[in-house]
Amino acid sequence: MNVQSPPEKLTARDYATDQEVRWCPGCGDYAILKGVQNTLAQLEADPKNTVFVSGIGCAARFPYYMETYGFHTIHGRSPAVASGVKLANPELDVWVVGGDGDMLSIGGNHTMHALRRNIDLQILLFNNQIYGLTKGQYSPTSKIGTRSPSTPLGSVDNPVSAAQFALGVGGNFVARSSDILQKHLPEVLKRAYHHKGASFVEIFQNCIVYNDGAFKHFTEKGVQDDMQIHVEHGKPLLFGKEKEKGLVLNRDEMRLEVVTVGENGVTEADIAVHDEKNRSLAMMLAQMEPPTMPVALGVLYCGDAPTYETAVHAQIEQATKANGPGDITKLLHRGQTWTVE
Amino acid sequence: MSEAVAIERPDEDRQEVESAVVRFAGDSGDGMQLTGTQFTMTAAIAGNDLATFPDFPAEIRAPAGTTFGVSAYQINFGARKIMTSGDQLDVLVAMNPAALITNLADVKPNGIVIADSGAFTDRNLAKAGYEKNPLEDDSLHGYRLVAIDMSRLTVEAVKEFGLSNKEALRSKNMWALGLIYWMYGRKRQASVDWLNAKFKSKPDIAAANIAALNAGHAFGETAEMPAELSGFEVLPAKIAPGTYRTITGTESVALGLLTGAQLANLNITFCSYPITPASSLLHQLARMKEFGVVTFQAEDEIAAAAAAIGASYAGTLGITSSSGPGIALKMEAIGLAIATELPLVVVNAQRAGPSTGMPTKTEQSDLYQAVYGRNGDAPMPVLSVSTPADGYEVAIEAVRIATKYMTPVMVLTDGYIVNASEPWRIPDPTGHEKFAVTFRTDPEGFQPFVRDEATLARPWVRPGTPELMHRIGGIERSYNSGHISYDPANHQKMTDARAAKVAGIANDIPEQDVTLGEPGGKLAVVGWGSTYGPINRAVNNMRDEGHDVSHIHLRYIWPLPRNLGDLLAGYDHVLVPEMNNGQLKTVLRDQYMIPAEGLNKVTGKPFLIGELETAIRARLEK
Repeated sequence: MNVQSPPEKLTARDYATDQEVRWCPGCGDYAILKGVQNTLAQLEADPKNTVFVSGIGCAARFPYYMETYGFHTIHGRSPAVASGVKLANPELDVWVVGGDGDMLSIGGNHTMHALRRNIDLQILLFNNQIYGLTKGQYSPTSKIGTRSPSTPLGSVDNPVSAAQFALGVGGNFVARSSDILQKHLPEVLKRAYHHKGASFVEIFQNCIVYNDGAFKHFTEKGVQDDMQIHVEHGKPLLFGKEKEKGLVLNRDEMRLEVVTVGENGVTEADIAVHDEKNRSLAMMLAQMEPPTMPVALGVLYCGDAPTYETAVHAQIEQATKANGPGDITKLLHRGQTWTVE
Repeated sequence: MSEAVAIERPDEDRQEVESAVVRFAGDSGDGMQLTGTQFTMTAAIAGNDLATFPDFPAEIRAPAGTTFGVSAYQINFGARKIMTSGDQLDVLVAMNPAALITNLADVKPNGIVIADSGAFTDRNLAKAGYEKNPLEDDSLHGYRLVAIDMSRLTVEAVKEFGLSNKEALRSKNMWALGLIYWMYGRKRQASVDWLNAKFKSKPDIAAANIAALNAGHAFGETAEMPAELSGFEVLPAKIAPGTYRTITGTESVALGLLTGAQLANLNITFCSYPITPASSLLHQLARMKEFGVVTFQAEDEIAAAAAAIGASYAGTLGITSSSGPGIALKMEAIGLAIATELPLVVVNAQRAGPSTGMPTKTEQSDLYQAVYGRNGDAPMPVLSVSTPADGYEVAIEAVRIATKYMTPVMVLTDGYIVNASEPWRIPDPTGHEKFAVTFRTDPEGFQPFVRDEATLARPWVRPGTPELMHRIGGIERSYNSGHISYDPANHQKMTDARAAKVAGIANDIPEQDVTLGEPGGKLAVVGWGSTYGPINRAVNNMRDEGHDVSHIHLRYIWPLPRNLGDLLAGYDHVLVPEMNNGQLKTVLRDQYMIPAEGLNKVTGKPFLIGELETAIRARLEK
């Protein structure tokens, strides 16, 4: 993040290009696009200092629709390209957009290293648990048993949990939201933007054509209150329509449990309080899955750590201070030389 | 501070030779590379021309005494122009039986073999595969053998410093160096200074090494050496006046990239991943931080290329480097740089392949990969480095072409070039013609793919520039706007434009000259890359014998120089020696429809001059 100085206040619409958006009607990506444009307007982000970098896939078309600088690269490599952009010019705000196949399968390695290096990027992973652009194959986040053109009898391999992966590789900011949470999403994105270092946001996104309803067990109206918990730093981990349910830490088994306030002598004081500086708690939150547990949304973890590009440029400054600004003629003569008359 | 003992043997009984080839060979832990570089520096200071060839194993610390753990350093130095590291050895220094058995075949008949008899133990002999001790069974009768117990003499020489036996033996290489210094009448002071500087914080170790160096030298002066080993003299070569240093191919490319970036007024973002023999370029540039150089050791080859492309997109000069297998991994990303028309320099230190092949051995078999090795019609300029020092000019030229034409450029070096060294007259970098990049800042009429009429290059815009926000990507772009386009006619037009842009660079590079000989005649020997030295010397020798043969050496592999077809048409025959199975030969046949013939060698070793002379003679007599 950087200090912005836009000439005038922009609206969400000002961040949209004149290009026709080419996602399927009803795709969750439309809502995310709107959410991101709203976020940038709320942040008063300067379009000229904003870069969107993407890989390949439905989600990766994103930069074409943003009236900022944009680079649609190759499959899986967007975190690497974006790292180069940020290293070359740390003043830029760099956003990375991709899907679960792009960032966790072919590009899983780059996602891992961008996160553990803590380079200041906002990495948005649109997780729809399927390959859309290649027409419906199962992805590394698909549930076991997913029937797809490449797995007609159902997939047999265990999926990866994006948030757990990000926490496990040392990500310093790990958050979750969903395409349909139009108020929640910009708040999470703003936090990601303001965080110095690599910010990882998993956005559950519905693919209406190949994996419709993949998240309805926790996003549909009837169940969302009981199957989602919106975590906030320093606040008790309460959820449910009347905030009557909560999470407590079972210290014997080192896991979170759902309790109901007012039952079995449980009071609000017994409910665990969210601490976004606690990686272990974040990991426990990321592990929760319906139907026994709600899905945790919001900022699961936000740590403090120096950023990679700052450290790299600090070394350059140190070397320049110690050795003086580089003199190429001197460098050419470094070491042993001799003169022929 | 320890000093060289100041007795120098009078030179009257030294035998004058025009040039000499010496190889130091020993265990990979014996310090042979250091010994070789010290001898090189001293030869350079003595005014000789020279060329070197370090040859070391892939294993970092192979089991001691084994043949696969042998490390060697060869130097050819002389009073005349030296073109190669030498076909055959005048002197082999073998520090153990494994070094002897693996290097003996390269020694001239009646050449000198100096062996550390103290290392010829039963155990070491068995490890090397000797049934009997070759120093004692007369099997070396075709050579002038000097067997000396260097191990024992070294331990004695450094006794006063109280080192352990193991530590004392580490100075053995300096004892050997001292002896060879005596043999060629060389001054020791440069090495003494170097040892004192290197072991500044360990004065005992410095003193022990210097004592060993002096002891080896004194042994030569005082011992009863065979009459023919009375010492040699190699006079200074005729060398153009100037200030010189030795330079390896890695160093020259690093300095050239830095100079090129300064001439272009850009900062470098160098992104790479460790691989033999390319890594040394990363090491060099990582130490040039005060020049604003960002180095990024990426998580893999692909990330290195991708990050370099991102860095170019952001307005610095993105550079990536690797060797053959790593370049293969980068190729999809290089295609992105071609498609999005961003500058990028890719340095490929070729090694023997395919697959892992022989990482520490040299080859030039990535020409196809460089010119043709991408999906789609994806042309990119390719330049090659001919000698260790040549990397400087080639790297500058790569930066010029990449930034002027908004294209990736591949620079081909190889395992020989990057490690070998030669004397280099240090140029004045401020005297070079500048080619400062102009970034587009004017919004008037801006579209990201509107081309410059002369170069066909698109504008380069730094993100952060007001009112020029735009999107680029790997999907085919509309001719001017850069918007996504699947229009058939547009793809034809863009493919043609990309090809024309790269082809047009032929008008912006020098015409091909005849490196040695005449522009026409019976036979042209056409080479590229590190075959320069042996081809040039072989053609020179054949011309001295009166043969009608010329040498043409290419720097520009793609596009080829615009006059090359006409030039080659002036010869009856074209012979193309390559350390591959005929890659440039095939390109020349394709481009010019000429019956170019190949001369191909893929042993992991450079051509010998003698091999080329034989081939040239055979071709002329056909």
